[in-house]
Amino acid sequence: MKIHIRGGRVIDPANNIDQVRDLFIDDSRIVGPHLAGSDFTADQTIDATGKIVCPGLVDLQARLREPGEEHKATMQSELSAAVAGGVTSVCVPPDTNPVIDTPAMVHMVRQRGRRIEKARVYPLGALTIGLKGEQLTDMATLRDAGCTALSNVDHSIDNTLVMRRAMQYASTFDLTVFLTALDPWLKGNGCVHEGEVSTRLGLPAIPAAAEVVALARELALIETTGTRGYITQLSCARSVSKIGEAKARGLSVTAGVSAHHLHLSEKDIGEFDTRCHVIPPLRGSVDRDALREGLASGILDVICSDHQPHGLDAKLAPFSESAPGIAGLETLLSLTLKLVNEDVLSLSDALAKVTANPARILGINIGQLGAGTPADICVFDPTSSWQVNAAQLCSNGSNTPFDQQSLPGIVETTLVAGEVRFSRR
Amino acid sequence: MDDTGCLTHFLTIEGLSREQLIGILDTAKKFVPSSGDSPNKSSALLAGHTVVNLFFEDSTRTRTTFEIAGKRLGAEVISLNTARLSTHKGESVLDTVRTLEAMDTNIFVVRDSASGTAHLIAKHVPADVHIINAGDGRHAHPTQAMLDMFTIREHKGDISKLRFAIIGDILHSRVARSQIHALNTLGAKEVRVIAPATLLPTEIESLGVSALTDLDTGLENIDVVMMLRLQLERMEGQLIPSTQEYFRCYGMTMERLNRAAPEAVVMHPGPMNRGLEIASDVADSERSLILSQVTNGIAVRMAIMAQLVQGGLKGGRQ
Repeated sequence: MKIHIRGGRVIDPANNIDQVRDLFIDDSRIVGPHLAGSDFTADQTIDATGKIVCPGLVDLQARLREPGEEHKATMQSELSAAVAGGVTSVCVPPDTNPVIDTPAMVHMVRQRGRRIEKARVYPLGALTIGLKGEQLTDMATLRDAGCTALSNVDHSIDNTLVMRRAMQYASTFDLTVFLTALDPWLKGNGCVHEGEVSTRLGLPAIPAAAEVVALARELALIETTGTRGYITQLSCARSVSKIGEAKARGLSVTAGVSAHHLHLSEKDIGEFDTRCHVIPPLRGSVDRDALREGLASGILDVICSDHQPHGLDAKLAPFSESAPGIAGLETLLSLTLKLVNEDVLSLSDALAKVTANPARILGINIGQLGAGTPADICVFDPTSSWQVNAAQLCSNGSNTPFDQQSLPGIVETTLVAGEVRFSRR
Repeated sequence: MDDTGCLTHFLTIEGLSREQLIGILDTAKKFVPSSGDSPNKSSALLAGHTVVNLFFEDSTRTRTTFEIAGKRLGAEVISLNTARLSTHKGESVLDTVRTLEAMDTNIFVVRDSASGTAHLIAKHVPADVHIINAGDGRHAHPTQAMLDMFTIREHKGDISKLRFAIIGDILHSRVARSQIHALNTLGAKEVRVIAPATLLPTEIESLGVSALTDLDTGLENIDVVMMLRLQLERMEGQLIPSTQEYFRCYGMTMERLNRAAPEAVVMHPGPMNRGLEIASDVADSERSLILSQVTNGIAVRMAIMAQLVQGGLKGGRQ
């Protein structure tokens, strides 16, 4: 299958490209312009005039709910949501049921993903068996089964020695460790940021220190073990400066933030709006601004969706009992573009945070448009905007606080491995 | 609030205007039985209405006063004490409410251990159903605050001329939060909250109070001392080290009360822990308004129910 994408503005941050030009695809890969000479006969031509052509988005954190919670969503529904949002690769945390802690589970998730023929699925392996924080998984075996990174997600490893050994062992096999910084004791049963809103609404709070304390521990262990660490989702200003210091000292650490933390703050909870119940919690506007600055200065490398689809009932409960999380796959690109409109990032830098950077952290040759790389491509219209209609998202989850908001950027076409997997028309 | 500016629910004091609060307090005055009247004398304002007391968390005095208030207004009153299983186990809050709603309930009086339950229910009932918050988690207990305001006006007069101290477990207290909003809306001269740092929520001062940790100095010039109930099961041995030490530092004794303004009065929402947050001689003294609070609870709750049904609470947000 030969595809010719004509006349688009190609933005490929990994290769420093931002120019209007044609893109050629042959046999699922991108062909260099010099190879695709005048004799290139396309089976399909996509007119991208006035559109932006960029690498498909790589989302480092999205729950697909399968296996284990198919009543909430399935891989079929969520991978369709991914390509509808221009996302061509999703990293699945291992907290499925059963947990992804054996090669069989890795194979199962990957195979199931492949069969659906939407976005690519990269399962993360568990750091400890059953995510219990006690015994290490067979990491070399997980790597051979296809995992490039491991994580214990938000199941904390309370025993610091276990965490240190997990990091050491992971680094032995060149595996990146994804880390969630949240002290379980300071978090307690908290559900909102400790601040004005928690005090006014009388909701159990999570202090910023819950993140900062845990982050300090993980950074110290990364430093002593030399492990490659990726901090999944930061929420406070102080964390940004800590990551900045760690990077300045040469630690092999990268960090990400979820799209909603860049646009919302605790104030958006209003009168108990459970759609804004997320963990880590939405914090103060000072924190939100610091996260934005952290992205701009390069301290923060990645924007992820932290996609967590829920059924309707999950949010129809008193705030502290409602399920945390936002269905974010379909708003990831738009919320990233919104940062461009708000002068936080240049278009190319913004796209790097959802393409080249996450791909680099994952250690997989995706997220770029160089010759010979897999043709995972997103074509979007940067000038139009769309109104989010939660009920009409492709995702099974309609839990988004951005419902009814007008957001920039409409995905026109998404290709994965040189095949059109989503087309708005 | 509906299109005409009337309150349809009574969920929190926050956001209500001074006029609305005064309106409730003045209406409540009419419901206080004057001497000679039989206290059981019924009014027919709520005749034909059904009031359901939906208490997911147990309470004796609040539920009882709501029952009496409803009956005195001529309503059918049903009280349900139902332990609620948290999410995904058993019937959800909204299912329970929908079931009862199908039986033509006009007013729900809701108490729950989670903050925001009354708001959640209010968002999901038809426009002609009224919700009264009888306490939600740590968030609000607006009828308690209103009966406190009523009692203060009755005994001490104009709230704008008085200084207040709220003492005890501010962190977990819905009563304190509602009292703070009510006192500030009614123009209190000063509101202090006094507790050890473990029981003071962060940024409490953003609600318009000053936060202090020393009771003895904190009581200076205070006209009304508002004690809170200390719930021992919440203390986990860490929020306060022991009951002895708590009483020593934060218990209200006669000696301490004398540090406040002359003729200062003491209030407590009940039930009291004698010898823990308040000494018996203080609780039973002439300066204690505690029983008066209970009595006034009926009239104030009658006023709130009557105003909701008559659409009388005009102006304000909600």
